[in-house]
This record gives sequence, C-alpha cells and structure tokens, in this order.
Amino acid sequence: MNPALGLLRREIAIAWGRGGGLMVTGGFFAGATLLLPLASGPEPERLAQIAPGAAWTVLALSALLGLERLFERDYEDGALDLMAHASLPLEFTCALKCLGHWLATGAPLAVLAPLAAIALGASPALAPLLFACALAGGLAFAFTGGIGAALSLGARRGGLLTAVIVLPLFVPPVIFGGGALHALDSGLPWRAGFALLGAYAAAAVALGPLAMAAACRNALS
Amino acid sequence: MTQALAFLYNPHRFMAFSAWAAPILGALALGLATAGLWLGFTAPEDYQQGDTVRIMFIHVPAAWLGLFVYLCLGGASFLSLVFRQALADAAARAAAPLGAVFTGLALVTGSLWGKPMWGTWWVWDARLTSVFVLFLFYLAYMALRAAIDDEAKGARAAAILALVGLVNIPVVHWSVEWWNTLHQGRTVFAAGGSRAASVFLVPLLLMSLSYMAGFGSLWLVRIRGEVWRRRAAAAESRLAR
Repeated sequence: MNPALGLLRREIAIAWGRGGGLMVTGGFFAGATLLLPLASGPEPERLAQIAPGAAWTVLALSALLGLERLFERDYEDGALDLMAHASLPLEFTCALKCLGHWLATGAPLAVLAPLAAIALGASPALAPLLFACALAGGLAFAFTGGIGAALSLGARRGGLLTAVIVLPLFVPPVIFGGGALHALDSGLPWRAGFALLGAYAAAAVALGPLAMAAACRNALS
Repeated sequence: MTQALAFLYNPHRFMAFSAWAAPILGALALGLATAGLWLGFTAPEDYQQGDTVRIMFIHVPAAWLGLFVYLCLGGASFLSLVFRQALADAAARAAAPLGAVFTGLALVTGSLWGKPMWGTWWVWDARLTSVFVLFLFYLAYMALRAAIDDEAKGARAAAILALVGLVNIPVVHWSVEWWNTLHQGRTVFAAGGSRAASVFLVPLLLMSLSYMAGFGSLWLVRIRGEVWRRRAAAAESRLAR
C-alpha cells in the first residue's frame, strides 16, 4: 500500500476512533452552542444577530480540542521517532497528520456549524457560506493548530499551552470568515473575506508543515 | 551590520562592549526623557484634546517599541535557530519580557487616553486589537519557554514560535485593519508629510529616542544577566562532577 495513503488512513482512524472523533468534538460544539442562549437570554432578535458569529467562534474553539492528541501520543510511544526516520519527509508526514485530523474532526464540524447557526436563529440563506467558511477555516485551524501542538511537545501542561500559542494565530481566519458572513448577512459583497480566508488556509497548508517538522525534530533531538 | 554582529558574537567581546554601552545608553535615555517630558508638559494644550494629549508622549513610543522589540526578538531568534548562536538566544530570551512590558504599557495608557477622548476604556478598533494580539504573542513566547524543562529544546521551540509570529504579525495587523477602522489614521508618518504640529512632534521624537535608548540599555543589562546565569549554571554542573 502507498505509505502516504496508509499514514493518512491511520491518522483518520486515530482521530476518529478511541474516544475522539465526532462524539467528543461534536458534543463540545453542541454544548458550547447551548450555553450561548442560556448566558445571553433567549430573545430571538438578539440571538439572530449574533448567531453566525457565535457559531464561527465555537467552531474555532472546537478546533482546539483534538490538537493535543495530534503529536503527543506518537511522541510518547516512539512512533514519531520512526516517522522522522522514514522515507517520507517529516514535513509531508506532518501535513498528512493535520489533513487526517481535519478530515476526521474539522470537516464533520463544518456540517454542524450551519445547523447550530440556524438553531440560534440565523437566516438559512447563510448556511452554504457558513459551510464553505467552516471547511476552509477548519483547514487553516488544523494546520496552524498543528504548529502549536508540535511546539508544545515535551512541555508541561501541553494542552493548555497549545491553546495559548494557537489562539493568536487563529485571529486572521476568524476575522476573514466572520467578515464574509457578516457581509452576506447585511447584503454586502462577501467574496473578499472568503477569498482571504482561503488564502490564509492555503498559506497555512504550505508553510505550517515546515514549522511543525522543525518543532518535531527539535523535540526528538 | 553583519560585521557588527560578528563582533558581538564573541561573548567576551560582548561583555566588554556592553559593560560600558549599557550605562551610556541608560544615561542617554534619562536625559532624553527629561528633555522630552519637559517639552511635553510645557507644550500648549491641544485645541480638541486639552491636557490629555500629553498621554501621547508616553503612549505612542510604547506602541512603536512594542512592535520594534518583536522585530528584535524575531531577528535574534532567527540567528539563534539558523546559526545556533548562544548569545542570540540569550538576546531573544532577554527581549521578550521587555517587549511585553512596552506592549502592556501601550495598552494601559491607550485605555487611559481612550476614557476621556472616546468616553470608553476600550473599543474594539483595529489598532487596539492588533496591539492586544501582539501582547498575546509575547505571552505565548514566554509561556512556551517557561513550560519546557530542557533549556536547549525550549530555546529552539520558542525561536520557531517567534519566527511563526514574525510571519503572522503583518497578517494579523492587516486583517484587523481590514476588519474595522475607527482609530485615527496615520498622523506622524502620513503620506505628504506629518500632520502633527511641531510643538508636539519634537517631544514625541525625543521620547521615542529615549524609549529606544532605554530599551537598548535594559536589553544589554538583561543579556548580561543571562550570560552570567549560564556561566553560573555551567560552573555549578562542573562542580557537581
């Protein structure tokens, strides 16, 4: 079997199964969405105003969840050492790990995000754009998040540290996606924000693996 | 530039250089600050902002320095990562808390300025938000450094993060600008010459130079402290054997 495909399949299986996967991230997503109307009051007009932004924020937070498992387990059981010495370049391996993580958790959340926004009272016309934004944004979150996960290998309280490192890097995609949604909601041109979100995701996919591989090599050295 | 850096790479030469450069820069900072504050407090009141315009002399240089120190941090991290220079790593480590303090000072004074001017402590406008994100970058750098027990590994991980931040800060800045612009636009470096009156510009310039010199002095002192700390640790491990 093609080693790259095999690795991707393994990563998806790990991210999806063993207590991870949609049950956890989807459950977190649903729970955090539930808290919003409980905290800010159930008035439909007010909720409808903040619904797309709220769904988008909760999506960004949910993207943090599985990051701790992305490299930590492989680092602890030695699999990462094998990957660093395998024929596949470590950069490519890191990219595949992030891709698998996104396919198993980010992509399913992209389906849930429009549902949550509509449940909060957003116009159903927003749903296609929110779905597309969540797909592209999820890719950006997975690849920038991978940098944080790789950097905090070997650190104490790695999961919390990953979140502290990664959240500032989430600022541009959150702005671009939120801007596109807001523009569509108020009848303005939304393509610019969506295109910028896609550009950020593409840059993260291209450059993120370099930083991740450097961080993994450093942790293994 | 590269020759100057190559000269300073040698820790002995660096220690000899910084032993007199740090006090001179410190004295220069104090002198410039005295002149800048004197001119700043004797400047006439702004016709719109009244006395509160004087916060500018504290606030604007702090914001500039917050960004400038990050550039220093990124440059030093690059040198330590690519050329494995121990002194460059000491410089990066020494710069981070200073940058965080300047950024924090810019946030606090900006907030104090915003209350009388805009009627609110904080607005989510472009400049404030991007300075806030810069502050978070400093926090993340220091948190990562502190959380990894192996010092060499922590240093390299933090250097990688600093470079990631260096790529990201222009993007963050630009994206935040795109998101919202309510803060007043560029004044000092506006196209077609400055729009600020020279009574305000001269003290602002003096204060900026004072901040720069003060940062240089504190930076050198902190790098010296870091070099001493490492020498002490090395001596300790020699004794233990």
